[in-house]
Amino acid sequence: MSTTAIQPVPFGRRVKRFMADRPLIPLIILLIILVVILQILRPGIVNERWIANTIKFAIPLAILAGCQTMTMLTGGIDLSIGTVATMSAFIMATQVVNQDPAVAFLLAMMPAVLIGLVNGIGVGVFRVHPLIMTLGTSLIGTGCLQVYQRTVIASGARIPDFLAWLGTGLTYGVPNALLLFVPLAALIVFTLSRTGFGRLLYAVGDNERATRLSGVQYWQVITALYVISSVLAGITGLLYIGLIKAPSLSLAEPLVLPSVAAAVIGGTSIFGGRGGYTGTIIGALILTVLTTLLTILQMPEGARRILFGLIVLFVTAAYLRIVEER
Amino acid sequence: MFFPGEREFIGFDFARGDAMSHFLRRQGWVAGLFVLFVVLFIITRLIQPAYGSGDFGSLVRAVLPYAFAVAAQTVVVIAGGIDLSVAAMMALTSVTAASMMSGASEEYALFVVPFVLAMGFVLGAINGMLIVITRVPDIVVTLATLFVLQGAALLVLDAPGGAAADWLKALISGTVPIPGLPDGIDAWLPKALLLLIVCLCIIWIPLRRSRLGLSIYAIGSSELAAFRSGVPVARTRIIAYALSGLFAAFGGLALTMSTGIGAPIPGPYLLASVAAVVLGGVALGGGKGGLLGPIVAVFVLRLVRTDLTLLAIDPNLTAIIEGAIMVAVVMFGAFITMRSRQS
Repeated sequence: MSTTAIQPVPFGRRVKRFMADRPLIPLIILLIILVVILQILRPGIVNERWIANTIKFAIPLAILAGCQTMTMLTGGIDLSIGTVATMSAFIMATQVVNQDPAVAFLLAMMPAVLIGLVNGIGVGVFRVHPLIMTLGTSLIGTGCLQVYQRTVIASGARIPDFLAWLGTGLTYGVPNALLLFVPLAALIVFTLSRTGFGRLLYAVGDNERATRLSGVQYWQVITALYVISSVLAGITGLLYIGLIKAPSLSLAEPLVLPSVAAAVIGGTSIFGGRGGYTGTIIGALILTVLTTLLTILQMPEGARRILFGLIVLFVTAAYLRIVEER
Repeated sequence: MFFPGEREFIGFDFARGDAMSHFLRRQGWVAGLFVLFVVLFIITRLIQPAYGSGDFGSLVRAVLPYAFAVAAQTVVVIAGGIDLSVAAMMALTSVTAASMMSGASEEYALFVVPFVLAMGFVLGAINGMLIVITRVPDIVVTLATLFVLQGAALLVLDAPGGAAADWLKALISGTVPIPGLPDGIDAWLPKALLLLIVCLCIIWIPLRRSRLGLSIYAIGSSELAAFRSGVPVARTRIIAYALSGLFAAFGGLALTMSTGIGAPIPGPYLLASVAAVVLGGVALGGGKGGLLGPIVAVFVLRLVRTDLTLLAIDPNLTAIIEGAIMVAVVMFGAFITMRSRQS
């Protein structure tokens, strides 16, 4: 009788259980493996400068993936963040030429709030599928931006020094962007895990009906959520323009799909109710390192995209397998 | 007023109501879209009295790739999924066809067409298998295959190029000469429209009437219920994605046919396909709607674009108007479902 109890659990299963209990550990291991591969392929590349650079490029992705994480927790998705980020970046760069930076900032954040509000009302009040709603508003946003571009084509664009400093600058080898990101990330993590609003997001994603029956005003939660997501995207746009330094109409668009991937790799369920922001941050880092790795391999663009897709799929599948077998 | 397909499968109230109201109830949304199309058409004639059969022909040719993209999305959405890789699949099949046909004989194209269609079918099936086997949400899997297919398209052709066989190009230009019909009516039957109808009907009508079609609707409306009633859920899902790949391959071929080349960068077909599916009355979430609605919807959307161009409106404003129409229609649809659920 007692012989079965003292029989040791097989090592493999123990490792698996350990990882399932702490889903961040396999992600960190994967990140380290990627860095090690990079170091083997190109000895000496992993130095302070490289790390600072990786962090700089991972931060915009990580914030956008934060928008995605929060909306995904409620079972939604926000595909308009790319357009919102591009809009605020573009408006900032063109308005700062003639306006006071503070005014330009307010002007730049206006479309973000507006789009977030429309998204939130569409999803929360009219019950439109978030995918459709945010795709639609991003279409409208892109159109508005194109029309806007016509009106400012003569005035030119300028990147405010402060944004360039924030986006690309280093202080003692540490990227300045961390000044923005660390408080922001802490705020998101705190909101999700310690405040009522965060708990509501999980609750809505887990069981919307039960949440509503317990007296939660669904539309208020959703509207607030999409506005927050949009504002975060707008801030990311300002940071990103400081990093890229070339305003264009498709500035942040390439970040949208990777931001979904980062949140999913980080363990947030796309059906809602499960996940968190710390995983997402590591997911964003993994994707950034992966991109460097694929660039360094000097493959043709096509092969790079194929590998990127396959790896995202493989990582997500493997991660789900580890976490789900509790 | 009823939201699309709400009563699609309730056969028994046919006996109670009269046939007409039943038809309207079932096809109300599609009928509304038809009316919208006709109204738009009249508006077009008012804006541009010279708008004639030739312009209609070019409208249909422009719609062709969109229509196939929409068909591809529709099948998957009815099965309760979503396919983000539609546009990339079209790009890949288009460049494959164009690069195989470049410098080859006219007869060789007879082999290329079935090959490309089979390729789409198989790649779609792989999409489905990945979803079933890895248990990763469909939106993530097709997102990943979007990158893979895009990359593959770039490997086949890194810049727009290739060629299309002349008989393929001729297949969608001009009109269908039907003996006994006056030329005036004949001119309104572009070959492209016939091709679209034939290709869609050959696949869709037998499917809709078969057990498989019913299974696709069943897994879309409730996977658990379908599973418990003995529907092979995994197999049905794989086939739904394979069909989507097949339609996307048709779309890729249509692209090559109308432009004469293949372009490795996917066009705006993903967004357009999702918009038309929703506008066409197929519920995201699955199990409801048909193929006719989305196809009519895509015609409506393209005609709106034509009208805006004819009105000499800034093409950039067109994007805003299109997006606003899409959002407004979807909100309206959702609002009506909500009302009918409450009453």
